[in-house]
Amino acid sequence: MAVEGKRGGERVKISRSDVEHVALLARLELTEPEIEMFTEQLNSILEYAAVLEQLNTDGVSPTAHVLPLHNVLREDVVRPSLEQEKALMNAPDAENGFFRVPRIV
Amino acid sequence: MAWQDRYEMVCGVETHVELATKTKIFCGCSTEFGGEQNTHVCPVCLGMPGVLPVLNREVVNLAIKAGLALNCEIAEFSKFDRKNYYYPDLPKNYQTSQYDLPICTKGWVTIETEERVKKIGITRAHMEEDAGKLVHSGETIMSSDESYVDYNRTGVPLLEIVSEPDMRSVPEVLAYLEQLVQILQYTEVSDCRMEQGSVRFDINVSLRRLGADGFGIRTETKNLNSFSSVRRCLEYETERQAQVLNGGGQVIQETRTWDEGKGITLALRTKEEAHDYRYFPEPDLVPLVIGRDWVERIRTTLPELPAERRLRYLELGLSEYDAGVLVAAKPLADFFDRALIRFDQAKVLVNWVTGDFLRLLNANQQSAAESRLSPEQFAELMGLIDQGVISGKIGKNVLEEMYLTGKDPSLIVKEKNLAQISDEGTLLRIVDEVLAAHPQSVEDFRAGKEKAIGFLVGRVMKATKGQGNPGLVNRLLREKMT
Repeated sequence: MAVEGKRGGERVKISRSDVEHVALLARLELTEPEIEMFTEQLNSILEYAAVLEQLNTDGVSPTAHVLPLHNVLREDVVRPSLEQEKALMNAPDAENGFFRVPRIV
Repeated sequence: MAWQDRYEMVCGVETHVELATKTKIFCGCSTEFGGEQNTHVCPVCLGMPGVLPVLNREVVNLAIKAGLALNCEIAEFSKFDRKNYYYPDLPKNYQTSQYDLPICTKGWVTIETEERVKKIGITRAHMEEDAGKLVHSGETIMSSDESYVDYNRTGVPLLEIVSEPDMRSVPEVLAYLEQLVQILQYTEVSDCRMEQGSVRFDINVSLRRLGADGFGIRTETKNLNSFSSVRRCLEYETERQAQVLNGGGQVIQETRTWDEGKGITLALRTKEEAHDYRYFPEPDLVPLVIGRDWVERIRTTLPELPAERRLRYLELGLSEYDAGVLVAAKPLADFFDRALIRFDQAKVLVNWVTGDFLRLLNANQQSAAESRLSPEQFAELMGLIDQGVISGKIGKNVLEEMYLTGKDPSLIVKEKNLAQISDEGTLLRIVDEVLAAHPQSVEDFRAGKEKAIGFLVGRVMKATKGQGNPGLVNRLLREKMT
């Protein structure tokens, strides 16, 4: 999926198949009307964000993060973990201390 | 015709190594191996909503250290990214990794094979988190209706080290892996316990016609966790690709899996089905800025690396073989070095260390660091033999006793009364008895049969329970018979 503000001067639109592809990757099952709705919504989000393209960014270097922070680190000291029972409390399914998940492939 | 007559192999390796930290990369859960399932987990590594990861400083220290040992450039500016994929071993549905700005780039390691010495390029090394462990209800993932997940390993820090496709033979690949693992062990970046899966290799391999410049189409076989699996996998996969090419076909670019039991690789997914990871910068972690002072501070903690140590041993006069045996097992080499401080005859010492001592270690499945016997005690034993207090043969018994009990060698010699008999008067009495008991051998010796002396020395040694000074016994016998 190529989501860029512009490609060769033309704004790229998100197509139905883009939405279907992303839904598949996220393991979401969408109905026909949902696909329509999300295609439309995602496009309007892109359009809204495109306002930023009007800014002159000459001489502004790309950023990797929105906060003016770096090197937020913690020391290598063990802290208590959750008890097994608590760790599994929200699991839809569990057995013998394991999370149980349905067929993977 | 062997495929090697037509094709050349091109191989690159991605190595995942678990870093030797106490806690996980983004939370304070323990990284200890073997805990009861889902007991080293917390809201952060379980991917609960609303939690924030915080990077473990020690992970960065170890990544820099590995980078320096692998001759890499350490990036001044580095960041984390999300690699998105949907799989139950990953509770967040993304792995926090580094994509376009990894911490280490452009390094190399030097390998040596029978053919040549060669540099293998390191493209990059980046920090990331490990995934959890899956247990399947059926025999394989394909035949399982359900699977069980243990998230203890989720979030354990990994360094992924990517090599250039610089290797051209199986021995080169193995030499690279051995060298890499040695460097990681020497720097204590990882304990590299292969049997616990703390090092895993992904093998990229292709074939090309001899003399060709470009690369052929490659396959990637994932998750090999021993040198022998890598060797067998490469032997199988190159043979398979050669058959495809010889039959006029094309190798399919795909990810494959290694079946250890059957000794074959199997297709997992083709490039068309390849994951679309949709990497993007991790918004929950701020960038990492590593100044020169940080790098230099880590550089001062770098130990002597295996290649340097090997050279030092060769300069001490050790053989290539002995130097190799020592360097391959860091604890053994450390032991040797400490013993050498107190007993400076390197060649004598190495024979004992790589001989009787290593045999005892192997028989007990211990490393030199785990043995009760200290290098200082070992050096003392060498001294006792060197000074003739005990014979080499008795020394072997003392070594075994020391190994079992951890007692000082001088104490064992004293307690068991093992000191060598070097008193001429005592030995002469025994020599006379032996000569009187074996007139035939005396006659043989006088008739010029040198062999006879060996027999007579043996009898005297037996009479002294091995404690006679063999050199002295030999001399006394000769004097008596001529």
